[in-house]
Amino acid sequence: MNFSVIGSQFWSLAFQGLALGLIYSLVSLGYTMVYGVLRLINFANSEVFMVGTFSVLYLQVYILGIPIGDPALHGVKLIAYLAISLIGSMVVCALLAILVELVAYRRLRARGANRLASLISAIGVSIALLEGFSMLTGARGKIAPRLLDKWSFGEVAGANFRIDQVMAIVMPIIIFFLLDQFVTKSRLGKSIRAVSMSEENSKLMGIDINRVITLTFCIGGLTTGAAAFLYTTVYENTVFNVGFNMGIAAFTAAVLGGIGNLRGAFYGGLALGMLEQFASAILGSQWKSITVFVVLVVILLFKPNGLFGEAVQQTRT
Amino acid sequence: MSKLKNFNLRDFGAGIWAGWNRPTRTIFVLAFISLIALLPFAESWGPTSFLNTPITSFQNVLVYPVGMFVLMALGLNIVVGKSGLLDLGYVAFFAIGAYSQAILSTFYGWNTWEVLPFGIGFAMLSGVILGLPALRLRGDYLAIITLGFGEIVRIVALNLTVTGGPSGVAGIPNPPGFFGLKFDIMNPQNFFWVVLALILLTIWMIRRFTVRRPGRAWEAIRQDEDVASLMGVNTLVYKLWSFVIGAAVGGAAGVIFASKVMVISPDMFKFDVSILILACVVFGGIGNIWGVALGAAILAYLPERIRFLADSRQLVFGLVLILMMNLRPDGLLPRKKREKITEKGSK
Repeated sequence: MNFSVIGSQFWSLAFQGLALGLIYSLVSLGYTMVYGVLRLINFANSEVFMVGTFSVLYLQVYILGIPIGDPALHGVKLIAYLAISLIGSMVVCALLAILVELVAYRRLRARGANRLASLISAIGVSIALLEGFSMLTGARGKIAPRLLDKWSFGEVAGANFRIDQVMAIVMPIIIFFLLDQFVTKSRLGKSIRAVSMSEENSKLMGIDINRVITLTFCIGGLTTGAAAFLYTTVYENTVFNVGFNMGIAAFTAAVLGGIGNLRGAFYGGLALGMLEQFASAILGSQWKSITVFVVLVVILLFKPNGLFGEAVQQTRT
Repeated sequence: MSKLKNFNLRDFGAGIWAGWNRPTRTIFVLAFISLIALLPFAESWGPTSFLNTPITSFQNVLVYPVGMFVLMALGLNIVVGKSGLLDLGYVAFFAIGAYSQAILSTFYGWNTWEVLPFGIGFAMLSGVILGLPALRLRGDYLAIITLGFGEIVRIVALNLTVTGGPSGVAGIPNPPGFFGLKFDIMNPQNFFWVVLALILLTIWMIRRFTVRRPGRAWEAIRQDEDVASLMGVNTLVYKLWSFVIGAAVGGAAGVIFASKVMVISPDMFKFDVSILILACVVFGGIGNIWGVALGAAILAYLPERIRFLADSRQLVFGLVLILMMNLRPDGLLPRKKREKITEKGSK
């Protein structure tokens, strides 16, 4: 127990927690979007994230041709390369998420199988991807090239505003804003909300259910891809099982905020990131995940549908 | 064609079973059990030697993973299959059983048979502690809480000194022998028979429960919890019961496991084990004892049998899961049609 760190490093921890938490919330969108529509845990999303981090790495090393250990880039080239990595990762993840839906969910849904069956087939996809990448990389961690020089905007109250972490805060906020607008305002967004309210009625209103489901997987993939890009930029490494902890954290964040709810994912991720940072500073990093789960249990006891969850009637399985 | 499509091996089997009289049934069951009990010798008998696993010893594979997985899958089936509660942290009870055996035997010198009731008791107690708050939640919230519990148990084991931290506990004694059966590395078949006895006991217990009040309560809760509670079923109590009984089976498996492998470490109780056991349950046919047992046996045996594929065996395992779920979404041997019909409505 070391409570003194709260006094001395409060802002520093809060800032890092914010950056980490917003990456979580982007990944948790991959769970929450799908859950909102299908009422199913998109188990393979953690592996979508993993593939995203590798696609950033391979894109930078093999296609853009940046050797590891090269000095960081500057100016237009830097922005262009970062944009290419980001878009590349988002596209790869979105395509993969759509593929996951086709392989693991669509046929089972058409046959009216019980929900655990699709959970298991998603786990199958997850295992296959995990092992595939484990073989591909020889189960070793990979270091990503450093595109971005990690200069700091300066220090405020002990928090070091590093450019990559600032980016990891600003970008998710923009993405969430755009997504929120999309879901509430656009026609497609409305159809997503309609399907999540009632699949039967949406069908009667002429909404193509399969298209909406593909769309939600696609959106989840896009945001997960963005998270993978941010993760690789901030931490500059990845390994084949990177998705596991990220997946559990993101799923926890989604549940904490109220699964199936966009804003819930945002605040859930934020809360989780902060909580992890402070818990590991105070109790030691080995007790980090326990603290998270204990807090989750306590919150769910008082608010059984998460912080921003829907009414009980709507969360019926 | 439609007749073939609607063919349900479980119903077919049940039909034959219903046509038999009591002596025929007894003979069949005894013959079947003795056939299973002879499995450890299958590797050395010509016609069945194809079962032999490369690299790992077949008799050891029969105990762990096959026997253990069948036992745990049956235990998890009470929770997931009978009362419809998604438990993603079942490995926690297995770990609690295993650590009870490890600690009580190495520090206090208890033997396995003395530890067994206590290991089961600890697992049940932790089931109550987890279940009381968690079972008030529904569906996927329960899933994440149980998942968290599984991780908590592992992390606690990783960080306490009494559990030996990351290196775990070594030198756990084998169980003392009885009836001239010796339990050591040279005689894995004896462990298999103990596990088989536990499996049979579990099956008998589940069958008894199923036809009595708890079984009917579980069935009602699984189909529609609100209706069940309106009809006067005390849902929390019966959910807790299924959770605790499932935990007891997991704890028993853990005790035997620890005294078989002699060394345990937190690495053995990762989240993947929970997932794998859940996969066994769903793969075999959720809710149906015979399906679950068969599914667990296949899923535990398969990765060992295809060990010659080395690294790609887990990849193949994943692909088999996807393929099987797509071909038979209700599992190898689905549960009774009667029990299935209402499930559609609650989806």
